[in-house]
Amino acid sequence: MGDEKKKRPGREKMPSQNPKKRIKNFNEVNFGYTPEKAIKEAKRCIQCKNPKCNPGCPVNIKIPDFIDLIAKGEFVAAARKIKEDNALPAICGRVCPQEEQCEIVCVLGVKGEPIAIGHLERFAADYEREKNHVEIPKVAKPTGKRVAVVGSGPASLTVAGDLVQLGHEVTIFEGLHKPGGVLVYGIPEFRLPKAIVKAEIDYLKKMGVKIECNSIIGKLKSVDELLENDFDAVFIGTGAGLPYFMEIPGKNLNGVYSANEYLTRSNLMKAYLFPEYDTPIIRGKNVAVIGGGNTALDAVRTAIRLGADNGYIVYRRSKKEMPARDEEIMHAEEEGVQFHFLCNPVRIIGNKDGWVKAIECLRMELGEPDESGRRRPVPIEGSEFQLKVDTVVFAIGTGANPIIPKTTPDIKTSKWGTILVNEETGETSKRGVFAGGDIVTGGATVILAMGAGRKASAAIDKYLRDENKD
Amino acid sequence: MFKILEKKELAPQTYMLRIKAPEITKKAKPGQFVIFCIDEKAERIPITIADIDKNEGSITVLVQEVGASTLRIGMLKKGGSILSIVGPLGVPTHIEEKIGNVVCMGGGFGIAALHPIAKKLKELGNNVISIIGARSKNLLLMEKEMKETSTSLKISTDDGSYGQHGFVTDILKNLIEEGIKIDRIYAIGPVPMMRAVCNMTKPLKIKTYISLNPIMVDGTGMCGGCRVTVKGETKFACVDGPDFDGHEVDFDELVKRQAVYKKDEEISYKIAKEKQLMRKER
Repeated sequence: MGDEKKKRPGREKMPSQNPKKRIKNFNEVNFGYTPEKAIKEAKRCIQCKNPKCNPGCPVNIKIPDFIDLIAKGEFVAAARKIKEDNALPAICGRVCPQEEQCEIVCVLGVKGEPIAIGHLERFAADYEREKNHVEIPKVAKPTGKRVAVVGSGPASLTVAGDLVQLGHEVTIFEGLHKPGGVLVYGIPEFRLPKAIVKAEIDYLKKMGVKIECNSIIGKLKSVDELLENDFDAVFIGTGAGLPYFMEIPGKNLNGVYSANEYLTRSNLMKAYLFPEYDTPIIRGKNVAVIGGGNTALDAVRTAIRLGADNGYIVYRRSKKEMPARDEEIMHAEEEGVQFHFLCNPVRIIGNKDGWVKAIECLRMELGEPDESGRRRPVPIEGSEFQLKVDTVVFAIGTGANPIIPKTTPDIKTSKWGTILVNEETGETSKRGVFAGGDIVTGGATVILAMGAGRKASAAIDKYLRDENKD
Repeated sequence: MFKILEKKELAPQTYMLRIKAPEITKKAKPGQFVIFCIDEKAERIPITIADIDKNEGSITVLVQEVGASTLRIGMLKKGGSILSIVGPLGVPTHIEEKIGNVVCMGGGFGIAALHPIAKKLKELGNNVISIIGARSKNLLLMEKEMKETSTSLKISTDDGSYGQHGFVTDILKNLIEEGIKIDRIYAIGPVPMMRAVCNMTKPLKIKTYISLNPIMVDGTGMCGGCRVTVKGETKFACVDGPDFDGHEVDFDELVKRQAVYKKDEEISYKIAKEKQLMRKER
């Protein structure tokens, strides 16, 4: 109504499930744009001559081009345009922090709202898939080179997709019984439906990528064995599979989880469907999640859907410093999540049977900025207070899983256990071995992992071709 | 998919499965375990590898029916298959060349995990004194196999239906009182049994290794569900264990943590049992 007046129209709202309804199910929160809404939103793009959005994207999607195609109603062509640079658009459209990457630099954002690049990316990808227009691109003629990709999260999937297209033979080794890494065990169904992850992985399989689940490299086979026997190069994208717990009293009480465990139980093992599925999860009535990132919000929103009366976020900084996506914060607020900002747990209190009954926190104030540029929280003396909870979930970050570095000593690691690489190429200290994603950076985002995968795949391709010349 | 080559009921609700898993047999060592996930709806369950046949490319495991997923494992048949078996996981049991007099203690279902350790110890020329026990004679597992891998084998049952009446710790006590020099103990069984062994050996400073089987999900150190306090530090049983120096383990915490899903397990077990009965009636 009246949005076509002189004033530039605002952003098309994303249709979504009513909060009261959606807290009772695990279905996706957002419905996605209709074609009409997508065209309307795409038409807001002024097609800058020197677009700033492209370089804002870690995988350099040609953003104005695909938006232009949507504006013209050429949705399938728009999807194909995105796929020239990103094999996983339906996933990225849903989970990328666009407001920090492509949308933050959109000129429309100076005076109004930036183009909803993420929503449009998602629309194009969903349209192509739902209308059965997905075509498997032709791959280059076989090079005879074989690449092992360890792990099947976003970095690995990107590497696999890129290299298979260039004619290399790619085999992914996944430790769990399902491929997808964090996309499957970490991000909940209500934010990223698993059917979509499966469709994007199937797309890679149809291009020729082989996936071997149940294969923990470092245990079943070492990286050296991969290189000796079957493969010319190895990419390690094993992720940040080491949960951090706060070193406070009570951290091993019953009812205390790492976000990794809590989310893996719910997402990968489908504990939210217990007892139809065998894996249980504690359905706490009062749940405190420690942390302020996407993982923390995923956990607390899962708790609410599992029937919690009170879902708390306990975060030591303020709302402004939360690393979570804006949309997730908004959704969490709508769903009744209660935020305790500037609070830090000091101990977890248990009952005589070893179950959590409360968490004691200390109030904080913000001091000088620390090395991350965010203002450092400083405890206020004597400000202790208790929250009555029966479940505590630590979502304070993850470290590097040590299995590969431990079993491959010639891969150099940092003091935090992350693998050291040349940032431009993903090369490790071991010849023929590349790495990227959270195993290099520590816990970060899906798209940053994909960006690292993109750089590594280019370097692996070059390495394999140079090797041929010898 | 992993094919089941053989399946046998060894004792009530206790099954032996021999499964084709050639890749795993190439790497598996005594003390290591695998994680089973038999189908889409099943839980991931850690199970110790009881035996390895490299020629056949098979592993043998013993499974006890304690919950919904293990009940469904018990229903699998020869020729059937399993969705996922991951491994070998965990640190192999620490066994040096020659230790001397080693006592291997197995309680109930724990005997299956003990067997490959005893076998290895004997191969390395140790004097292996094994003490195995169960609640009752019909629940005693792997007596024959343990006899083969031990220099001497002693047996106890809680109800006195076989061997010495009492617990494995009673036999251990006798050995100690007889003045036999014990250089090392490996004890695997229910937590109360391992705890009782450690309580007995700690004041005597007899090095005692135990093997833990806490609740796990991934088995690769990713979830932290299996955390256990050892010497005041948090360890993950899946990657730091499953074996630990029993004198350093916080048993109080271990016992409490094992009960986390007790109620849920009862619910899902009951449902699975009803389904099983319905299937039998048909």
